[in-house]
Amino acid sequence: MISLSYFLVFAAALFSIGLYGVLARKNAVAILMGIELMLNAVNINLIAFWRFRTPEWIAGQAFALMVFAVAAAEVAVGLALVISIYRRRNTVAADEIDLLKW
Amino acid sequence: MTTESIIWLLPLPPLLAFFLIVLFTNRNKALSHTIAVGAALLSWLGSMVVFFRALQVEHLGDHPFTSMVNWLPTAEEWFRVGVLVDPLSAVTLFFVAWTILMIFLYSVGYNNFGQPRGDHDRAGLPPHGATVLDEHGHAHRVPSIEPMYSRFFAFIGLFAFGMYTLVISDNLLTLFVGWEIMGLCSYLLIGFWYAKPSARAAMIKAFLTTRVGDVFMFLGIVYLYSATGTLNFREIFTEETLHTLATTASGFLGLSAAGLIGLLLFIGTVGKSAQFPLHTWLPDAMEGPTPVSAMIHAATMVSAGVYMVIRIFPLLSAGAEHGQLTTAMSVMSFIGAFTALFAATIALTQTDIKRVLAYSTSSQLGYMIAALGIGAYVAAAFHLVTHAFFKALLFLGSGSVIHGMEHGVLHTEGMAPGEGSVKTPGSALDEALPPPAHREHIDPQDMFNMGGLSRKMPLTFWTFLIGGFALSGFPLVTAGFWSKDEILADAFGHGHWLVFITLALAALLTAFYTMRQITLTFLGEPRTPAADHAQETRWTMTVPLVVLAFFAITAGWVGIPVTFPLLGGLSTHWFHEFVGSTLLEMPETLEFSIVPLLTSLVVALGGLYLGWLVYRQVPAGATDPLRARMGSLYTLLQNKYYIDELYDFLFVRPAKWLSDVFTYRWVDRGLIDGFLHTIAWALSGVGTLFRNWIDKPVVNGFGDLVGEAVKWIGRSFRFVQTGRVQQYMVMALVIAFGTLFYYLYFMLQR
Repeated sequence: MISLSYFLVFAAALFSIGLYGVLARKNAVAILMGIELMLNAVNINLIAFWRFRTPEWIAGQAFALMVFAVAAAEVAVGLALVISIYRRRNTVAADEIDLLKW
Repeated sequence: MTTESIIWLLPLPPLLAFFLIVLFTNRNKALSHTIAVGAALLSWLGSMVVFFRALQVEHLGDHPFTSMVNWLPTAEEWFRVGVLVDPLSAVTLFFVAWTILMIFLYSVGYNNFGQPRGDHDRAGLPPHGATVLDEHGHAHRVPSIEPMYSRFFAFIGLFAFGMYTLVISDNLLTLFVGWEIMGLCSYLLIGFWYAKPSARAAMIKAFLTTRVGDVFMFLGIVYLYSATGTLNFREIFTEETLHTLATTASGFLGLSAAGLIGLLLFIGTVGKSAQFPLHTWLPDAMEGPTPVSAMIHAATMVSAGVYMVIRIFPLLSAGAEHGQLTTAMSVMSFIGAFTALFAATIALTQTDIKRVLAYSTSSQLGYMIAALGIGAYVAAAFHLVTHAFFKALLFLGSGSVIHGMEHGVLHTEGMAPGEGSVKTPGSALDEALPPPAHREHIDPQDMFNMGGLSRKMPLTFWTFLIGGFALSGFPLVTAGFWSKDEILADAFGHGHWLVFITLALAALLTAFYTMRQITLTFLGEPRTPAADHAQETRWTMTVPLVVLAFFAITAGWVGIPVTFPLLGGLSTHWFHEFVGSTLLEMPETLEFSIVPLLTSLVVALGGLYLGWLVYRQVPAGATDPLRARMGSLYTLLQNKYYIDELYDFLFVRPAKWLSDVFTYRWVDRGLIDGFLHTIAWALSGVGTLFRNWIDKPVVNGFGDLVGEAVKWIGRSFRFVQTGRVQQYMVMALVIAFGTLFYYLYFMLQR
């Protein structure tokens, strides 16, 4: 049977890939996608710990479901903001959206 | 109504009129003068009722009308004030009521009621005349209505209140109150045309000069009250009180208490009745409107001074042995006789018609004072009454003359310089007249600008003639003759030779300057075009003249001595009996003597004849014929013995120096301000020290430090605020990792 550490390593890899995407990509849509990856990495952790540590409770699954809902909502809002920014400034590059500076 | 309640009410109508006019009706000229004249009429009516009821009382001197109320609680009892009408008050009330009523009526005409408003008139200046167009379009200059018409009636109302109060008072305190109210009113009325600098100066002079006398008078009242505990005339003039006062030493110049009190009160009269040396205010008081001059110089104020000394005569004569004069009486006879002659000499050279009368008033009051000084009580009161009538008549007559002259001046102004050229209605008012600066100004009060007015103003002429003859003492007919003759007879009969000669000389001068005035004003040919165009005044001015002229003749008949040849048989000697009964001891009737009678005949007729002789032919532009004959003496008299200049040097300038240099510059600016400035300077220095050493470096420094530090931190760290979301993310990551490692490190340590 595959041990817990496999899942954790996989989740950590996935999280890192998402983090890299968030930090390195210019496109705001891609940054959102990176965030999705990080959230999913968390979900894998939640399910893995639930399965290997407390299978008798359903809290892990419930958390995971909640994270899905939040992620879906976040994407809906985030994409709407990106579209709005694009309409105004004609760009979706994150380093050009720098109005909030000194 | 009882006589006492009428007496209480006598002063009230003029006072009510004053308040009504001042508070409510001052916008309405007709209503204002109706109220004022109505009030004077009411008071007059009351006075007549009181007078005639007083006549019917037998021995009024012993049983006068009197009524008192408690007024002011003193330690154990009340200070009581009240009214008193004894024979002296009754006759005073008679002439005061008549003259006041006549003056009120006269004021209506004098202030040009019914005339249009002036072109350039403004409050505080005499009316300058108005321009009107007649039906042919000719412009005429006519007199204009007084701008402050209502105010005038309010003031004379208050004045009348003061006089009535004074006459009916039964004590010195309320008498003094009325006295001072009149002082205030004379100040207000002399300065009625307050925009004229000369009127302002005259009002201040009159007020301050009479103030000198009033202060002494008040001292006398205080002394009297502390010595006797009462100010009521009837309580003071009892034999015991008078005896006590006469025998108590005052500790001042060896005078008795009665003598000192009498002298102090007399100084009040010197100020009020314009006796030497406090006479200087009276001629200057001519700056006021003419009814005011009449009011002050005949009917009320100056008479009040003499009335007061007649009133306190028992006090003045207290302690006099038979035939001997007390010190106070000697002083009075000296000052009175001196003033009578002194003022008469000045009157010789004055050219202003009113100023002549002013000096003549001063002189005539001197007569009364001198008469009282030699003990001629009844003669003084008699002359007071007759003088009030004929002097009011003369003043009102001179006002009428001035008014007629002003009419002439305005009329001739309208014709200059084009001399009667026809004006078109289109050019109307503005171009119809030359500008004021180009008009030749003729002084309507200068007698040398008059002449021949008897034909223009017959009514004024005849009444003025009666007044003038009464003043000169024209024999048998006029009132002035009888009263003046009585004074001379008294002086002669009691052997006061100096007084007799001085007064006789003064009477000669009086007749002379009176005839000079009449001749210059009314006789001969007009000396100016203005005099040629003078016009008789209206009925409100002439009716009072006629009424007063009647009294200027008849008032003397009540005092014809019984011992006088022929006429004495017809006389009842009513005045002597009536007024004499005011005193405790009836003054005895004099033996008739031919010397004083001859003297007064000679001086009166001689003076009148000389005056006519010298002045009957004075051509236009000529100087006074006396000037050539008298030389430098004339200049001395014309400048009134330089007494004004002397007082200016002695009192006015030192007072100004004291107030300006000493009080203002040295004490106020130097000492007091200097002290304050030093304190301010020191405190300001301390403040500067605190500011520079504590406030600025410590308090401000700390505040600035906090602010600057915050600013510096902000400047230093603002570069992290790039606005790039991914860089923020990196920073968050770095910090998160840092924190993580930090915790892990400590955990491993444990």
